[in-house]
Amino acid sequence: MRAIIGPNGAGKTSMLNVINGFYHPQTGKITYKGKSRSAMSPNEAANSGIARTFQNVALFHGMSTLDNIMVGRNLKMRRGFFWQALYHGPARTEELENREFIEHIITFLEIEAIRRTPVSRLPYGLQKRVELGRALAMQPDLLLLDEPMAGMNLEEKGDMSRYILDVNEHFGTTIALIEHDMGVVMDLSDRVVVLDYGHKIADGTPGEVQKNQAVIDAYLGVAH
Amino acid sequence: MFYREVGQFKTNYRADQSIFPIRQDRIAIGALLIAAFIVAPLIMNDFWLNSIMIPFLIFALAAIGLNILTGYCGQISLGTGGFMGVGAYACYKLTTIFPDTNIILLILISGIFSAGIGVIFGIPSLRIKGFYLAVATLASQFFLEWAFGRIAWLYNYNDSGAIEVPTRKILEFAVTGPTASPVVRYLVVLSIVVFLTWIASNLVRGRIGRMWMAVRDHDIAAELMGVHLLRTKLMAFAVSSYYCGVAGALMVFLWLGAAEVESFDINQSFLILFMVVIGGLGSLVGAFIGAAFIWILPIFLRAAPGVFGFEIGAATVEHLNFIVVGALIIIFLIAEPNGLARLWQTAKQKLRVWPFPY
Repeated sequence: MRAIIGPNGAGKTSMLNVINGFYHPQTGKITYKGKSRSAMSPNEAANSGIARTFQNVALFHGMSTLDNIMVGRNLKMRRGFFWQALYHGPARTEELENREFIEHIITFLEIEAIRRTPVSRLPYGLQKRVELGRALAMQPDLLLLDEPMAGMNLEEKGDMSRYILDVNEHFGTTIALIEHDMGVVMDLSDRVVVLDYGHKIADGTPGEVQKNQAVIDAYLGVAH
Repeated sequence: MFYREVGQFKTNYRADQSIFPIRQDRIAIGALLIAAFIVAPLIMNDFWLNSIMIPFLIFALAAIGLNILTGYCGQISLGTGGFMGVGAYACYKLTTIFPDTNIILLILISGIFSAGIGVIFGIPSLRIKGFYLAVATLASQFFLEWAFGRIAWLYNYNDSGAIEVPTRKILEFAVTGPTASPVVRYLVVLSIVVFLTWIASNLVRGRIGRMWMAVRDHDIAAELMGVHLLRTKLMAFAVSSYYCGVAGALMVFLWLGAAEVESFDINQSFLILFMVVIGGLGSLVGAFIGAAFIWILPIFLRAAPGVFGFEIGAATVEHLNFIVVGALIIIFLIAEPNGLARLWQTAKQKLRVWPFPY
């Protein structure tokens, strides 16, 4: 689990966007699963097992919790138009198998009671949780979390930290985390990268980064 | 009260995912189908079938088509009339070329031509969104109107420029043409509409429907889930145009009996769009409610003064009609901007928790 931190405007979210394929870098390469490329496309990223949550909740607002998470299974479902139209035979079997899979995620995230609720009616903390569930439904190898705890209260933060740790331990998912709550970052992550003005200024264990003078300067500001 | 699911337990996901999970809904829909298929042809006279039920079903089908595109996939289209026209003219040409083929089969095939045209005019949707896309689809409307009027091959080079529906029979029953009885036409229309509605409900509750709604609600997040935007939007355009095309073919072959360019002008597009908006975006029930509101309500209003014994001139009745329907549209949209289907849902929800408000 690796955290990406840095002052506002350091380019943390932009970096995730590059990995995701929304931005195409002018220089540099993305190396993922031993393969280097100069730019990703969003679909390619999704196909190769990169999932993500957003800083501002980006759920599908008109749909229920269940449907939102089911969209995450999209790539695992193969049945074509014909069977879908009949909703019979293979298409239904596939649908039910995936339903069963996401029910595990729903249980894991403790959101059983809100399965059928349209996500627009949920409180913010639960929306964030559903978004995590949607990303998990993709069974990602790399999970990008963009400020999963922004705007949460202490209890919700505690829950979310627990879920993130569990995902990392149980599913073995690699996690890249952007977060401003330093307590959470230092406790959760194995390594921390610090960005400032788009440059990497430090990379190490939480303890090392905390003592790094360049990091302290970036956060507190120094007279140039 | 009577509408509540207490005691109806689901022990597997299959039962939980069915179209009507609540038993009362299943009973109601069964009763409705029996009424539509058996009771209605027995008790309704030709006027009812011909002027109310058949057009209502056809418009509902077209509204489902537009709802798939606008309500489920979020792409506004003003080309509905044109796509209906493609279906109608395609069906006309098909019956000319294959006079002995089953007419219902031809009607269903003619939708495919409409789907193809819809895909071509749907390509700009990758780059253009919202109102700008609506304007772009206007281009298809105007182009298709031009094509129906100017390409003489489409109407078999006849002098009037209109298409006349020939008589086609299935098992000795005339289905189309001047001799076809309203009951037969009604039953054919009803069967096709029920079948296609069932297909649509399967599509929107499965993977494809979720992809459409994901694109509608948050295209960036959808792309990240592996939804291919262009392919998904074009699929919505294809399915939507297919439905509109079949509706157009039904309109000419089983309702009007003849048509010309004016039948598929921009007013037709607006009419269907209003049905969708008033009925409820993203709801199949809404398509039916919207079609009923726009088509059946004015007929009742027109008849109302006579029933209550008022002697009002026809022109005045027509004016009053516009006023009342217009006012009702505004009132309903203020009361519930998400359409009548949402009101219906809210009512059902209230019944489920009755007598408590939550």
